[in-house]
Amino acid sequence: MSGVAGWKPLAAAVVLSFAVIGCGNTVGEGGAPQAQGGKGGGAEAAQSINAAGASFPAPFYTAAFQEFAEESGIQVNYQSIGSSGGREQFIQKAVAFGASDAPMDEEEEQQAGGGPRHIATVGGAVCAAYNLEDAADMLNLTGDVLADIYLGNITTWDDPAIAELNPDVQLPSDEIAVVHRSDGSGTTEIFTSYLAAVNPAWEGGPGAGSEIRWPTGIGADGNEGVAGQVQQTPNSIGYVAYEYAAENDLNCAAIGEGSGNFVEPSVETAEAAIAAADIPEDLKVVVSSTNPQGENVYPITGFTWLLVRTQMEDLAECKAVAEAAWYLTHDAQSRAAELNYVPVPDNVVSRDEEFIRSMQAEGQPCYGGGGETT
Amino acid sequence: MNLLKRIRRGHTSDTIFAFVALLFGLSIVVIMGGIIFQLWLQSSVARSEFGWSFLWSAAYRPGENEYGALTFIYGTLVTAFLAILLAGPVGVGIAAYLVEIAPDRVNRILGFVVELLAAIPSIVYGLWGFFVLAPFLRDYVVPVIQASPLGWLPIFGGTFFGPTVFTASIVLAVMILPTVAAVSRDVIRAVPQDQREGMLALGATRWEMFRQAVLPYAGSGVLGAIILGLGRAAGETMAVTFIIGNSPRLFDSLFDQGATLASIIAGQFPEAGGILLSVLIELGLVLFIITILINISARLIVSLISRSPRGGIRA
Repeated sequence: MSGVAGWKPLAAAVVLSFAVIGCGNTVGEGGAPQAQGGKGGGAEAAQSINAAGASFPAPFYTAAFQEFAEESGIQVNYQSIGSSGGREQFIQKAVAFGASDAPMDEEEEQQAGGGPRHIATVGGAVCAAYNLEDAADMLNLTGDVLADIYLGNITTWDDPAIAELNPDVQLPSDEIAVVHRSDGSGTTEIFTSYLAAVNPAWEGGPGAGSEIRWPTGIGADGNEGVAGQVQQTPNSIGYVAYEYAAENDLNCAAIGEGSGNFVEPSVETAEAAIAAADIPEDLKVVVSSTNPQGENVYPITGFTWLLVRTQMEDLAECKAVAEAAWYLTHDAQSRAAELNYVPVPDNVVSRDEEFIRSMQAEGQPCYGGGGETT
Repeated sequence: MNLLKRIRRGHTSDTIFAFVALLFGLSIVVIMGGIIFQLWLQSSVARSEFGWSFLWSAAYRPGENEYGALTFIYGTLVTAFLAILLAGPVGVGIAAYLVEIAPDRVNRILGFVVELLAAIPSIVYGLWGFFVLAPFLRDYVVPVIQASPLGWLPIFGGTFFGPTVFTASIVLAVMILPTVAAVSRDVIRAVPQDQREGMLALGATRWEMFRQAVLPYAGSGVLGAIILGLGRAAGETMAVTFIIGNSPRLFDSLFDQGATLASIIAGQFPEAGGILLSVLIELGLVLFIITILINISARLIVSLISRSPRGGIRA
């Protein structure tokens, strides 16, 4: 008898573990987006859609989609998995829409199909944050000097090139601790696009991209990693998304060209940069690569995008996506500024509107046109 | 046949137990094989693109899609060996103290602390390295090293900013210390008491007793403990990612930044796509093979050494 009693729990455990494995399989199969609004209804928007992508705008999206759910009853499940992941999930149609800090290239657009569009939702400025004891908040830098620092050509703070821009600042003779991102990132893309636009040596060397072969410096993981590293290391410089600098009270260098007109990053100066920039019809541009110029224009600025299809299969899902995209680009814009993101200016929003209005499924337009045009 | 015979004999429970145990035993082989197969399969793009030269190419140019594993293999081996160089003697020393010298109560408390050290999550070690150790090294240790004659060595050259190969190695040393200490302690404790008493009866001092009667028997086990630590150091990820500086370079100074196989995978994976993803998986395969090689060489060394005195203890 005792023998029988002995193997029973063991056998039960085996059976149970197989059962668990079995369950895992069935759950895994449900990879497709679950649009839970009745397919046949057609008129109603889906109650729940899935989205995935960039981590940079994730705090804004999360807050905005929460309010959107309360107002419209449409639940958007946004997963902050990174821009590359967002583009891939979008291409594989695993999500209703994607989100990315870097635009899709032509090959990706073809793979995705369905007339993909990039809807610009918010912009962000990238701050050249520094940790210098004596220059509390008054460091001026040009793009060329910044490029030379990141190229390793300028290695000490009292280098004549820096001193010339900052006659009133007591610069130490210490070596500059250069901090950059170690992970692929939209912040890096915005920053290096600017360096490549203003400095030929940077363009011919490391170049612009979300991942760079850095000639010098310390790699830190994520915006929070760079911010922490700069705070920890005396005489350091690093670049972080502006909202991280604002949150962590980091000093941002004022950026300018040649003499005078040094502009500090802020929501206003970044918005001015986007308004001043030469933006193509498809909105697929890293703003900093155009090196926008003007009074109170902070050039190291860029967008982040929603990726949507203008030809979708499921009308209910398409309607929910259109409503969500409209909400982000209109009602939620005031919320963006509160979170230190840069609202997109009117000229960009009107392009966004065209994209949203052109979305179709089952032969019908997806956006009902509830919102007023800017 | 065997199974049927047993069932006829009426040992049903035994048979079922034997079968289930066999299944579980085989599962480990299946899991191992599955991992290798998957890594091999998923890295096919990178393997066909770069071939064998991937292993000795130091290139890392994400913009031009050129990748090599050398800088990461180099970083992994340097940090792991440096860590074991620091943690090995200390760990064995702790074990020797715990078994041979420490009074019972100290033994219990210290043993508990060592085990506690092993239970600290690796991210906490990373934070500690970042916020505590790095500034401490920068302000107090590195200036002393660089002022001393050692400072002339190129491996101690350059400006120390905090996150360096040196910092990462020290954190790794602390992390693998409990592994080395705990395993060595068990091995040393397993040496028969008679052995010690015999040696002491011959008039040996405690040190002579330890060196001549304990170490030769525990030696292969202690070596096993050290190799175990080495394997752990090579695979450690989060703490290293925090404090090594994540720069794929063939550094010549320990105060420079580097990158390891594990740290590059952790850092790049979330945003990786296309060929980079395949490259990362191949780097994972390389890391897997390196750890296997470390373990195999450990087995070989242990079996070579343990031939000397009979009854040596293995870990």
